[in-house]
This record gives sequence, structure tokens and C-alpha cells, in this order.
Amino acid sequence: MTSTLDICRAGLWRNNPGLVQLLGLCPLLAVTTTLVNGLGLGIATTLTLLASNTLVSATRRWLPREVRLPAYVLIIASIVTTVELAMSAWFHGLYRVLGIFIPLIVTNCAILARAESFASRQPVRAAALDGLMMGLGFTAVLVTLGALRELLGGGTLLAGAHLLLGGPADAWVLRVADGYPGFLLAALPPGAFLGLALLLAGKNLLEGRRPRAAGVGAA
Amino acid sequence: MTGVDRKPPAWFALALIAALGAGITAATYEGTRERVAANERRALRARLAEVLPPGAYDNDPAEDWVALDDGAVTRVYVARRGGDPIAAVLRTATPRGYGGTITLLVGIDRVGTVNGVRVLSHRETPGLGDAIEAQRSDWVLGFAGKSLQHPRAWAVRGDGGTFDQFTGATITPRAVVGAVHTALLYWRAHRERILATAGRRTP
Repeated sequence: MTSTLDICRAGLWRNNPGLVQLLGLCPLLAVTTTLVNGLGLGIATTLTLLASNTLVSATRRWLPREVRLPAYVLIIASIVTTVELAMSAWFHGLYRVLGIFIPLIVTNCAILARAESFASRQPVRAAALDGLMMGLGFTAVLVTLGALRELLGGGTLLAGAHLLLGGPADAWVLRVADGYPGFLLAALPPGAFLGLALLLAGKNLLEGRRPRAAGVGAA
Repeated sequence: MTGVDRKPPAWFALALIAALGAGITAATYEGTRERVAANERRALRARLAEVLPPGAYDNDPAEDWVALDDGAVTRVYVARRGGDPIAAVLRTATPRGYGGTITLLVGIDRVGTVNGVRVLSHRETPGLGDAIEAQRSDWVLGFAGKSLQHPRAWAVRGDGGTFDQFTGATITPRAVVGAVHTALLYWRAHRERILATAGRRTP
């Protein structure tokens, strides 16, 4: 039995899906043009991870091992379709912006990886917590990268917040400097790779400074 | 072969999970169907209103349309007042964008003057070609009031016309200007036939 603190620490930092496992990079790089896009996809992915880990763990005692992978794929696909329909019903604006990347959550390897390597061997509570923490860790990377690229690319923060939070949030858009000409590279795909590289370097730098005796280093 | 555990056969486990998944998905679909349809209708109505004269029509153009398949224009929405058509919105597309297809809504009034143009979808370069979006620049607003009466207008400046091109992106505005021009020509040639077949439909 893994301790609650260990699970939280692994998902949010030590074994973060975006920064350490480097899983699910396709949506991570593609949608992070703004903070709000990143947050939207992060929430959808977190819900999917939470539900899939819970269901995979709940079925682990009676699911024959030889068919576990097709069963996980069925479970994950059903959950993602449900999440997609719910987003289309309640967050229609954001649903339109994220487009193909919501159904593509199915192919996010982070979800199948957590099902296979953690949820299928752990009790339901630990599995659910792991799904939630991995999802939040992934969301944090999406939001940070989205904020970085939005800020550098267009000089704004929280553009499109009304898509997620309703009409009044439109006024929350922060303009950092009037007449900021924008830095095109940050908004384009190369900006996503460079931004992620900076985040990875930053994480490694932080860990390198920590005393070795603590014994917490990236695997 | 399930060994010592009392596990069900593999086919049964898979069938059970498939049935459960299908059931949950179907239930969610049924539960959200009306809401999703209403959202889509509202989004379409808002987009049509952007290219139609406000307050000039009393029908719902989102539910008054005709589908076409003989050219770039794929759908025409009709705005009416007291049953008489006063304007139309043409949904058209051009493959000549820098990043692929650009789809547009072109609002045209009774005498063939453009009331407004909006880009529905495109894959143009962010920061360069995406200035065709109304929320990024007011370039696309320049179509309002133009008609086939100004034949020389229908080109970007570099090609001898009156529409600005963007620094670093000539292909995108050229494609949009060309698509709007084609839509106007199509409307002039087929107006009567289209209006005769348009009518109330669910969107």
C-alpha cells in the first residue's frame, strides 16, 4: 500500500506525467496557446484519469489478465466520450476551441499508463487519488506552459476566460503592456517545444539544488 | 483458463465492459442531446446575426436555409421580414488559404451589397494570416458595403484592387477576397432559384 503523501508527491512533482514521464505530449504541446485552453484540457484530462483509474481498480479482481488492455481501452473510450458530450453541453465555447483534442484524450498514453502500472494493482481509493494527482500535475504543466506562451506570444493572460467561466470573466483578461507587438514564435508550435524544454530545465535545476541526502531525485 | 481465481471467462468480461460502456455513453448522449443541439443553434444564430443587418428581419435564419452542392457555396440562410426575403447568408469555402481551406459566412442584402463577412474556420499562420478573424483585426469589416458594382475592388492592393494585404501574408487575404467575390457572382446567377427552394428546416 502506497501512502497518500507519496501518491500526491508523485503525481504533482516527482513523477509528473508532463515533466517526468513525458506522456501525452501531443495535446500538451498543441493546445497550450493560452492559459484557458490549457486549463480546459487539463480539467477534461483530470476527470478522465480520475474515472478511468477508479473503474480500472474496481474491476481488477475479476478482469482476466489476458484481456485487461482491450478492457481498459473500452473503459477509457467510454469515459472520454462522456466527458466530451458533457463539455459540449455545458462548456460549448471551450468545446469548440479545443475541438479534436478532447476526443484525442483517449490516445493520451498517460491515462493507459496509469491504468496499467498503478490502478490495476492498487485499491480503489489509492487509484482514484493517483488519477486525481496525476491529472492535477498534468493540468499544472498545461496551465504553466499556456500562461508562458500566451504572455510571450500575445502579451495577455486569461484571454477567453469567458469560454470556461461564463460572460463576466471576459473582463478578467490581463493586458501586460499596451502596444506589445507579440512574439510570434511563442504562439507557434516551436514555442511549445521551447517552452516545455524551459520547464523541464527549470525542474531539473530545482532538483539538482536539493541536498542529495533527501533521496528524492527524478527516476 | 482462469486458474485458481474465480474469474469469469475473458469473452464475458469484455462483453460486460463493452455493454456497460455503451450504456453509459448512450445515457449521456440522450441526457445532453437537447442541450447540445440548443447550444449549436445559439452559436449559429449568433454567427449569422454578425453578418446580417440587426433588427431588419423577423424570422430565424438558422432554421430557414437550403443546402447546395454545385459550387463553393454549400448553404444559404435566408433572413426574412414578414415572409419576404431581405438578405441571405452564404456559407462558402476556398481551398486557396495558406494553410488549407478557409470557410466563410458572407451576408448579402437584397440588392447584392455585402452586409458583412466572417471567417468560420481557417488554419492560417497565427500572428500573420489570422488577421482575417474579426476579433484580431478589423480587416474583414472592410467588406461591408462592397458589391459587384465596384468590379475593380475585388482584389488585394498588390493585385490592383482596394483590399489591404497583411505584412508577410498576401495569400490569405487574396483567398478571402476571391471567395467573397465568387460567392457574390454565384448569388447573382442563382438568387431566384435559391430563394424559391429555401424554407423552414431544423438547423
